[in-house]
Amino acid sequence: MRRWIPLAVVVALGAFLYLGLYLNPKEVPSPLVGHTAPDFTLPVVGRPGETFSPADVRGEVWLLNIWAPWCSICLKEHRVFRDLIGDDVPVYGLTWKDLDREAAPLLARNGSPYVKAVDDVDGRVAIRYGVTVTPETFVIDHQGVIRMKHVGPITPQVWEQKFRPVLRGLRP
Amino acid sequence: MSPAVLVAGALVFMMALPLPASQPALPTADDPVLEARLNELAVDLRCVVCQNESLAESRASLALDLRAEIRGMMRNGLTDEQVLESLVARYGDFVLYRPPVKPLTYALWGGPFVFLLIGIGLAAATLHRRRSMPEPEAVSPEALRQAARLLRTDPVSPAGQAPDVPGTPRPPLQQER
Repeated sequence: MRRWIPLAVVVALGAFLYLGLYLNPKEVPSPLVGHTAPDFTLPVVGRPGETFSPADVRGEVWLLNIWAPWCSICLKEHRVFRDLIGDDVPVYGLTWKDLDREAAPLLARNGSPYVKAVDDVDGRVAIRYGVTVTPETFVIDHQGVIRMKHVGPITPQVWEQKFRPVLRGLRP
Repeated sequence: MSPAVLVAGALVFMMALPLPASQPALPTADDPVLEARLNELAVDLRCVVCQNESLAESRASLALDLRAEIRGMMRNGLTDEQVLESLVARYGDFVLYRPPVKPLTYALWGGPFVFLLIGIGLAAATLHRRRSMPEPEAVSPEALRQAARLLRTDPVSPAGQAPDVPGTPRPPLQQER
């Protein structure tokens, strides 16, 4: 009996390491969940003179998707927004550090998956949202409170398993 | 097992790794006092994109932005504690290389001591067992004679001669030279 103990310890260690392979080190729990979404007012991409602020959509459930034109996964994610989410929930984009000013022509060319995309060219607003990578998506409720943060692209599976239950809970 | 416990367990192991030597990535000359303060603070802050570097060393663009943000906060008169608070409010304890002791981090802080105690316990148990081993019993002359008889009658290795290994004849020593 005693001689199995070292084996059991090694197996347990191996199990931890194996599970560790499937942890996403970028998926850091956000302290913002449960708090009011940081306020901002930023110009809207492709609509000169127009601005957007979270206060404009108070009373609505909406998604804030952090993206960048140089982020190819984000562009793939756009297809998911178009095909899957459609009119389910309004998606707003926060264009992160578009230093080369590619966002407006890109959205015009591909068709924008966003109701509006705002232009956070120096990344200051993204810092206030604790953004570390693109894409990231926040679920914001009627009261403007962040209910969920997802790091990484939204795939059909992620949408079904992670977003739908949260959104269903927010619908009266 | 919850992910938090797994993360804490993994962090316990990671604590054994040495931290890289800290060298400020891009010193700015316009306010040396503020810059020194920034670098002192940034050494203890994790760069959230390049997770194994401190904010002081990293040249990642987000790290540069964050340093600019901290610089701005310091210029606005915020104390180091207030700067840390505002960063933790956005990025969580994860930005701190010295996370605070609280229920979520008990495993992280206590883990090494738990393992140390387990080790001490195992060592003590082993030593105790060795010390309390019974003395070997005296062997009777009859048993020794029987053993000798058994060895002598072994057909594979007759007494006084080493057993031959089949297939590998041993050359005499002179030939080897």
